[in-house]
Amino acid sequence: MINYLARRIAISMAILLAVSFAVYLIFAILPFDPAALTCGKNCNNPAIIEANRRRLGYDLPIWQQYFVFLKGLFMGRTFGEGAATIFCPAPSFGYSYQEHACVTNSIIEALPVTLSLAIGALVLWLIIGVGLGILAARFRGRAADTGSTIFVLIGTSLPTFLTGLLLLVFVVVKWRILPYPSGNYTPLFENPLAWLNTMILPWITLAFAYAALYTRFVRNAVIETLSEDFIRTARAKGLSEKVVLRKHTLRAALAPLTTMAGLDFAGLLGGAILTEAVFNLPGLGRLSLGAVIDFDLPIIVATTILAATIVIFMNLLVDILYAFIDPRVRVAA
Amino acid sequence: MGVALSEITGQELPTAVVGRSPRELAWRRFRGNKTGIFTLVIAAFLILSTTFAPLLKSAFGLDPRARYNDLMNKQGFPTGGFNGISWAHPLGLEPGIGHDLLSRLLFGARTSFFVALVVTVATVGIGLIMGIIMGYFRGAVDSTLGRFIDFLLAFPAFFMIVALSLPMVQRLEATGLVEGNSARMTYLVIILIFFGWPYLARIMRSQVLSIRERDYIMAARALGASQRRIIFKEILPNLWTVVIVYLSLSLPGYLTAEAVFSFLGLGVQPPDATWGLLISDSIKYVISNPTYFFIPSLALILVVLTFNLLGDAVRDALDPRSEVS
Repeated sequence: MINYLARRIAISMAILLAVSFAVYLIFAILPFDPAALTCGKNCNNPAIIEANRRRLGYDLPIWQQYFVFLKGLFMGRTFGEGAATIFCPAPSFGYSYQEHACVTNSIIEALPVTLSLAIGALVLWLIIGVGLGILAARFRGRAADTGSTIFVLIGTSLPTFLTGLLLLVFVVVKWRILPYPSGNYTPLFENPLAWLNTMILPWITLAFAYAALYTRFVRNAVIETLSEDFIRTARAKGLSEKVVLRKHTLRAALAPLTTMAGLDFAGLLGGAILTEAVFNLPGLGRLSLGAVIDFDLPIIVATTILAATIVIFMNLLVDILYAFIDPRVRVAA
Repeated sequence: MGVALSEITGQELPTAVVGRSPRELAWRRFRGNKTGIFTLVIAAFLILSTTFAPLLKSAFGLDPRARYNDLMNKQGFPTGGFNGISWAHPLGLEPGIGHDLLSRLLFGARTSFFVALVVTVATVGIGLIMGIIMGYFRGAVDSTLGRFIDFLLAFPAFFMIVALSLPMVQRLEATGLVEGNSARMTYLVIILIFFGWPYLARIMRSQVLSIRERDYIMAARALGASQRRIIFKEILPNLWTVVIVYLSLSLPGYLTAEAVFSFLGLGVQPPDATWGLLISDSIKYVISNPTYFFIPSLALILVVLTFNLLGDAVRDALDPRSEVS
């Protein structure tokens, strides 16, 4: 087990290093001068550009830049000298000239938004998906099953941005049930009601698409498990249908859900770009989309690497969790 | 004794049992599926009408560039309500510019379908080849490619596609081979393939890994079959089911992807149209002219729904064990 863990962690670290370097490299070889972009769109002052280039370290060779970036992540980083020194404490993702702030600060500001979006949506879609899936499998071929099939069809056919737009059009614009998204975010502990008001539609939007996939998955997994021999044994022992379903079927059928939910959750944490764009939520997705439009390189690199880190970390976590849940994985590894 | 069975039952016995190939069996199962047939007809109709859109253009006067300003009022809306729907313009007109919406949708679908089709075929094709290489040869090849796939899958693909759009399109234009909208489409096709094939390669690899351990492969090897024969004659035919299933399941996904990126302004730009572009344009009119908003959105939902249902029917027909879904 320890061997397995050590190897998985080592591989993850190697992939993380490779991905972060690749991201750094890809954006560095693009035909944009990051130093020129620091002084605005109509800037023609070469002195300022050159000064910024040195200040931000863009004059170094690419591999040195990457090394400085890595060092900054662990030890913080100082930009410039003398009176105009800017220090970004660890973990420093760099300094954005367009935002005039350490990138880490922008990320810390955006993270709670994406976190509440992802967690809320995850809870919602797990409840709907698992509940509806079990219901459909339990009452196979009856009204509940037909209803869930229709739900799955609509959910998988409706693109997320359309769900979001339709919700906006009806709930906000036409029926005026909720206020128009202001583009601001109210933390949960400051004003729970305002927080709920801004998050409920994005949650529904995201949860709708995922819940459909999960309903289908849970339904199929439960039906498949119900036909296994150990279920027949449990029934033959005279166990009640309730116990068979709860203790024997669900435990076996829902184990793979850990992997699915973990990875989908990780994908959302990297920034639900579309949902955040439609509802004007100031999360990681909107931060990175805005950075792409302005070509704010430090933010682009930081959010991309952050998203990759989350995906790799969750992959690792899910694998380890799964090895605990399902002993066969350990043997196979 | 000596009495033929046909005399007892009073029926002619079939002279020989006719074997049915797996393909025939699958077709029989598919034919019995009403949803499958229905969606197949719609899909065929959609593909044919978009393929022959230029013919329809000349036959019915469906010109996506023509402007019908005489049917617009001073505020730039089609006269007559419901987006100006009439016999001449069954889906009405585009507010502001006055294009015929049906022909915009028809010609927009050409781009959308083309992108989705190319990406689907390429991702499944590359995934199949890589999957066979990894699954059949295993060892160092497998682990090297496997790590590379892990590496690709760790990228936040959606975000990379957005972030690289502008510079890469400029690069493509600088080569002088493509420009404008075709450069944007080329970029989208290439990048979607780039981030799409690893998923399929993984699936194909696991399929090959299980197939190569079956008895008939061992038998073929024992008979001295060449590697080439084993791959092309023994393994590949057993992969077709998976290939067809993933072809039909990937297509609606990439149709949506094209709409999403056009919606974000990274796809085709006016005067050309795609569905995503029409949807993002129609949002401006959602209060003043809701009919215009619902037509392209509903079109997208219905087409994706059709292909999803078709994909399910194909899977059920090819893989009877999956009937639970």
